[in-house]
Amino acid sequence: LASTTKMQDVLESDYAKHGLTPDKLRLMLHKMLLLRRFEEKIEELFLVKGALIGPSHLYLGQEAIAVGALTALEPEDLTITTYRGHGHALAKNVPAKLCMAELFGKSTGTCKGLGGSMHVAIYPETGSLYATAIVGSGLPIAAGVGLGLKQKKSKNVAACFFGDGAVNTGAFHEAMNLIALWKLPVLLFCENNQYAMSTPVNRAVSSHTIAERASSYGMQTTVVNGNDVVSVFLATRAAAEKARLQSEPVFLECVTYKMKGHGVYDKGDYRPKDEVTKWLHRDPILAFENHLLQGKFLAQTKIDQAESAVKREIEEAVAYANEGSPLSFDELHKYVYAGGA
Amino acid sequence: MSMREITYAEALHEALREEMIRDPNVMLLGEEIGVFGGAYKITRGLVEEFGPERVRDTPISEIAIAGTAIGLALTGFKPVAEIMYMDFLPICLDQLATQAAKIHFMSGGQLKVPMVLRTQYSLGRQHGSQHSQFFPSWFFQVPGLKVVLPGTAYDAKGLLKSAIRDENPVLFVESGVLYRTKGEVPEGEYTIPLGKAEVMRKGDDVTIVGVSRMVGEAMSAARKLEEGGVSAEVIDIRTLQPLDLDTVVDSVKRTSRLIIACDDVKAGGVGSEISAAVLESGFDYLDAPILRVACPEMPIPFSPTLEQKYMPNAEKIVEAARQTVGK
Repeated sequence: LASTTKMQDVLESDYAKHGLTPDKLRLMLHKMLLLRRFEEKIEELFLVKGALIGPSHLYLGQEAIAVGALTALEPEDLTITTYRGHGHALAKNVPAKLCMAELFGKSTGTCKGLGGSMHVAIYPETGSLYATAIVGSGLPIAAGVGLGLKQKKSKNVAACFFGDGAVNTGAFHEAMNLIALWKLPVLLFCENNQYAMSTPVNRAVSSHTIAERASSYGMQTTVVNGNDVVSVFLATRAAAEKARLQSEPVFLECVTYKMKGHGVYDKGDYRPKDEVTKWLHRDPILAFENHLLQGKFLAQTKIDQAESAVKREIEEAVAYANEGSPLSFDELHKYVYAGGA
Repeated sequence: MSMREITYAEALHEALREEMIRDPNVMLLGEEIGVFGGAYKITRGLVEEFGPERVRDTPISEIAIAGTAIGLALTGFKPVAEIMYMDFLPICLDQLATQAAKIHFMSGGQLKVPMVLRTQYSLGRQHGSQHSQFFPSWFFQVPGLKVVLPGTAYDAKGLLKSAIRDENPVLFVESGVLYRTKGEVPEGEYTIPLGKAEVMRKGDDVTIVGVSRMVGEAMSAARKLEEGGVSAEVIDIRTLQPLDLDTVVDSVKRTSRLIIACDDVKAGGVGSEISAAVLESGFDYLDAPILRVACPEMPIPFSPTLEQKYMPNAEKIVEAARQTVGK
């Protein structure tokens, strides 16, 4: 894979100039912890407690991407994500308790329990517009969202998240062409976590890098260290400015790694052990914590406080989810058509 | 309202133009719809009148066309996308069936997708196996989608206007053969509700349900049957989702006989679903087996002679009607 940008592209003394105020750094760490602990709780609810069933694709290890990107964007910017979308939902300020209730299939969830894990991130109230469970299918929809924003002369952008598996679908290519052709304000975040289910990128993608493929559409492309939240934040900020001011798309290949397997039941044991170990040493949260401590941006006590607050929030979310009940089956027909059939 | 005769194609054009004037959020997109005016000229002149931002020519990218329509709908627009041939619809089936039709439901009602996907089928125009297909019954399996099939110029206009104003994704299937046929269309504004079949002709002996092009064929058949002393009632089903079963069953209560005529392949077709539904709620009213007049189970042959034999038509309906009434 192509070399990735390093954490210290921007001098620490210049952080504030680039929007990385102490508050923002603290917020980013808080969110990353929330994403991590939320997924760990989900894993426990599935595997240990047997409280949850169905497919669930965890975001463990990729937290720097959703958090870096969505902290850099404006609240009114719109996201389109995938079935691996719990992280994007939380990073886009969807309340954790609504996400948890959705995973429990309760009427108190984001989608009233009709969506489930793969659609948790559908919550337009915070700009978390859509989450699709079909690989690659979000890009054409993001093209339309970008076109809609452009047509309304809005300064907002569409941010589309997808994995390395998506880049081999027809939907990806049709949408990439249209987004570039029409110069739509769309940021394309390819979270290259190295595996599409169990298939590694080098057995699935013909081009040397994914970014190279994207650049063939004539759009600006950046390769970002997806395990470095500061890099993702800075790259997103620059990309968003281009999208807002010049109405140009930007493709960001964020190189990362799934800490666990494809879905919650997959142990991921088809991956070489040394590869897994190497990437676990690049844990984006530990790296960021060390960076904050070493740069004296944050004291250990603040990190501990964030951990406790996150723990509380997740406990409350589980309690909230447990309290709810599913929709009545008799009501379901009301949701098939808008405005009644 | 004063009447005049215009073609089915002109009626569709008027509907698009009037809705674009009425609502600035209506946008068109598709292949060749702008400068070229549409493969079948339905959108002729609209890019000149409304500009290239509201009438968008797209590359040959059906997935992107359908997906873009969804994205536009999610951001407050009312897109009308054109898929040149129904044969190209499977290319964007994920966007239509798995995305657009599910979004309202699986978002728990948070999102709406008010979009229209217009397409046409060209059976009867010597377009061969890959440019003539008609498979509306597939979409019975896609709740959340509305499916509209105008059979007359009047319906083409009134149903398209309603489809554009609807809050849901609508698959709007036109008949290519009907584009140049004329029908009475009022001068002024009107709409036709989605989900209401129309009794085109009253009759006592047999009910013939027609779909799209077969509505006209059913009317011709009814006239021929009348000469032979058989009184046929003709129903234009107009929409498959919602399906106006009540109108069909009410008719069968009086006629006790039912024929469904549709340009699709017979097995698993529109006729199959309507006959099953009628059997469930109207079995006691039937005096004879329900018959389907449709295409045989084979790809569509090119040879004009063979294509004509392949297609259902008024004569085949007459034959079926005589069989069912025993005359």
